[in-house]
Amino acid sequence: MDDISIVLCGEAGQGIETTEGILTKVLKDSGYNIFAVKEYMSRIRGGSNSTEIRVSQKPIRAYVDRIDLLFALSNKSIDHLKDRISEDTLIFGDKEVIGDAHNIIDIPLSKITKKIGSSVYSNTVTAGVICGMLNVSEYGLQNVIAKFFEKKGESIINKNFEAASEGFELAKKTMESGITIKVKTNMEISKDINKDILISGKDAVALGALAGGCNFISGYPMSPATEILSFMSTYSKEFEVIAEQSEDEISAINMAIGAWYAGGRGMTTTSGGGFALMEEGVSLAGMTETPVVIHIGQRPGPATGLPTRTEQGDLDLVLYAGHGDFARIIMSPGNIEDCFHLSKYAFSFADKYQIPVFILTDQYLLDCQYNIPSLDHKRYGIKKYVVQTKEDYKRYQFTKTGVSPRGIPGFGEGLVIQTGNEHDEIGHTTENAILRKKMVEKRFNEKLNQIKNEVIYPELLGGKAYKYLLIGWGSTRNIVEESLKLLKEPKLGFLYFKQVYPLPREIMGYLINAKKVIAIENNASGQFANLIKLETGFEIKNKILKYDGRPFSVEEVTTRIKDILEE
Amino acid sequence: MEAKDFDVQNIDISWCPGCGNFTLLRILKETFAELQIKPQDIAVISGIGQSSKTPHYFKTNTFHTLHGRAIPIATAVKSINPNLTIIAEGGDGDMYGEGGNHILHAIRRNPNITNIIHNNMVYGLTKGQASPTTMLGVKTTLQVEGVILEPFNPIAVAIALNASFVARAFVGDIEQTKEILKKAIAHKGYAIVDIFQQCPSFNKINTFEWFKQNTYYLDDKHDPKNRIEAFKRSIETEKLPLGIFYINNRNSFEENIGLYNDNKDPLCFREIESDKIQKFIDSKMR
Repeated sequence: MDDISIVLCGEAGQGIETTEGILTKVLKDSGYNIFAVKEYMSRIRGGSNSTEIRVSQKPIRAYVDRIDLLFALSNKSIDHLKDRISEDTLIFGDKEVIGDAHNIIDIPLSKITKKIGSSVYSNTVTAGVICGMLNVSEYGLQNVIAKFFEKKGESIINKNFEAASEGFELAKKTMESGITIKVKTNMEISKDINKDILISGKDAVALGALAGGCNFISGYPMSPATEILSFMSTYSKEFEVIAEQSEDEISAINMAIGAWYAGGRGMTTTSGGGFALMEEGVSLAGMTETPVVIHIGQRPGPATGLPTRTEQGDLDLVLYAGHGDFARIIMSPGNIEDCFHLSKYAFSFADKYQIPVFILTDQYLLDCQYNIPSLDHKRYGIKKYVVQTKEDYKRYQFTKTGVSPRGIPGFGEGLVIQTGNEHDEIGHTTENAILRKKMVEKRFNEKLNQIKNEVIYPELLGGKAYKYLLIGWGSTRNIVEESLKLLKEPKLGFLYFKQVYPLPREIMGYLINAKKVIAIENNASGQFANLIKLETGFEIKNKILKYDGRPFSVEEVTTRIKDILEE
Repeated sequence: MEAKDFDVQNIDISWCPGCGNFTLLRILKETFAELQIKPQDIAVISGIGQSSKTPHYFKTNTFHTLHGRAIPIATAVKSINPNLTIIAEGGDGDMYGEGGNHILHAIRRNPNITNIIHNNMVYGLTKGQASPTTMLGVKTTLQVEGVILEPFNPIAVAIALNASFVARAFVGDIEQTKEILKKAIAHKGYAIVDIFQQCPSFNKINTFEWFKQNTYYLDDKHDPKNRIEAFKRSIETEKLPLGIFYINNRNSFEENIGLYNDNKDPLCFREIESDKIQKFIDSKMR
């Protein structure tokens, strides 16, 4: 086994996130490749939440069901994860809390933390145990702890040092007790990895937007999209971005549209339920040809659904949002690099075509974090399209491309007149049938034709000379990629779409080369497969779908692909 | 700058003869001319309704948006370019009905915009249904047995929420309305100006004459800094007061966001500094 899968499980409010934050940093700094993702309940206290941290010599980027080391921090943890615990899973926990069994190794957290002064130190003791088992130096852990608790003062830091030290002691005892640990704990580490960045999907979306010139973001708190807004708010001064919590989602999208009208670069962030309230704003952007960037972190619906879980169920909603015909672009990043680059590119696209541009992510992707060498802000460039107006400026001047030069108020001698009513070239309302027809063609057909000339192409992973072709979009990317490596089937290719609309004109070329095409989607109807059928007439008969609110695991995808290939 | 500099040639105005909007259109042109603000430096963000068509009828930057949504758009426009004079304009249905929630939060947020509400106590564009300010008992084609909902009192609500500038005017008095609007525009912060006007097509009760008979001006003795007194005046019903009810000077939204304290350049004219992001990624995320 090339990697170790460590899972921490406890109640909401127990501080698993603290352990995750400390561990991922210290393990990365020590030269391990790291992947982490959490699953959690929609509650603030109690229940069972867990975080998976994969530690490896080689880069790892996806969720696995397998648990090698489980840290069960509450009495419900083992039951919560029973489907993922195997004979090979080593369970660590306080026997006074979780009970006893042959595969349980006692870490007397309550006793130890009582000695230190508070049960909050359980998290650091746990981190110490894990670091000790992975041969991380205690000094390295102390460094991270000191930074992590910097604002809490010296006494808290020292208490955490004490807790870490207790953890190391426990790890040492465990290793010496002769317990067979089937996973490799003496992996080779690479010195270069400590230079890597450790970044989550949500941070990558926020940073990408900032790199794209975002200077206004509005949103109404809603999992899993809120943290983009919080990130921007935290760094508002540093990056000169207004981050405003609006009174509702309706206000949020209208603010973002207003920002663009004034010459800013606005975005809004929400999830499917919040986006449902934004649809009239999407229409307004479409009709008035005002750019706007909309990030949607998908979660299972309908209605409130499963607020903290994951799904790819909002493609149809986004595809058809707003009434009437107008062009739009839908991006679906599937890894952290694309979260950054596409969020950035969304702003240039929106500005160039004066349309709504969507960034579709989901809870799983946003909460994933792993190490990568860096992100290059120069990729995809950055362009601004605002013009200085002359006195005879016409906001909706007819052009060959369907795109009119976009002026902003107070920049030039012209007036910028926009309306959500049908309008003439100046921007005044009209009911003229000829003008109406021309304006629809401008907003829809002409722009869409232009956009199709610069579609971001899907990426072909796995076998280039494929006989079997998997089709996916968004967050399944890394999971499928790891499955391909396990399957070792040279005739199996995976086409990962990072832009789901509009589709490239050449899409049929990819499909007809395959003997079997398999769609993989985290929803119940195969929304993307349906879109492909609508656009091309090609029906994808084999579908790997999942809609229990959980992400695919590498194991599940591997098995399900195998089943279809063997049919 | 004169009022005629705001005239738009060859336009087909869609209002009914005798509509109060005509007078308010004239008042707006004269107000801007007297304040010497160029059309290029004004942006009027309007909602939907007969009154929301106003910016199409004079020279100004215009964003004629969605029903009830002028305020969030106007708020963002001002925050991106504080050099612009921003008017959020709409009717009583648009602002108090469809956009009601935005008003409440604009009061709290306090963007430096002037919110003008054409209040004729009826729906015009949809032909005569009750608006949030229609009086109890008034019969319409929809409220066939008369309105049973308590009328919305925008002035009392605004004062209750500690709005920074609260006023009411009547288009029948051009000079006074201009004076109130000038003060509202000059005021730094969110200024709500509820403007009474007649609707000769659909409101046969609150006519021009009715407003004349049923309003009076707050006199010099009224202290607009006295919130309790202002509130008392706002809930009077026998005759409806006109004038500036309440002023509460406090920081505007654009001041509070802290991006204009040292650098006065509007955000729309600042450069995008992508390399700053790169430095951040390569230091903070390591």
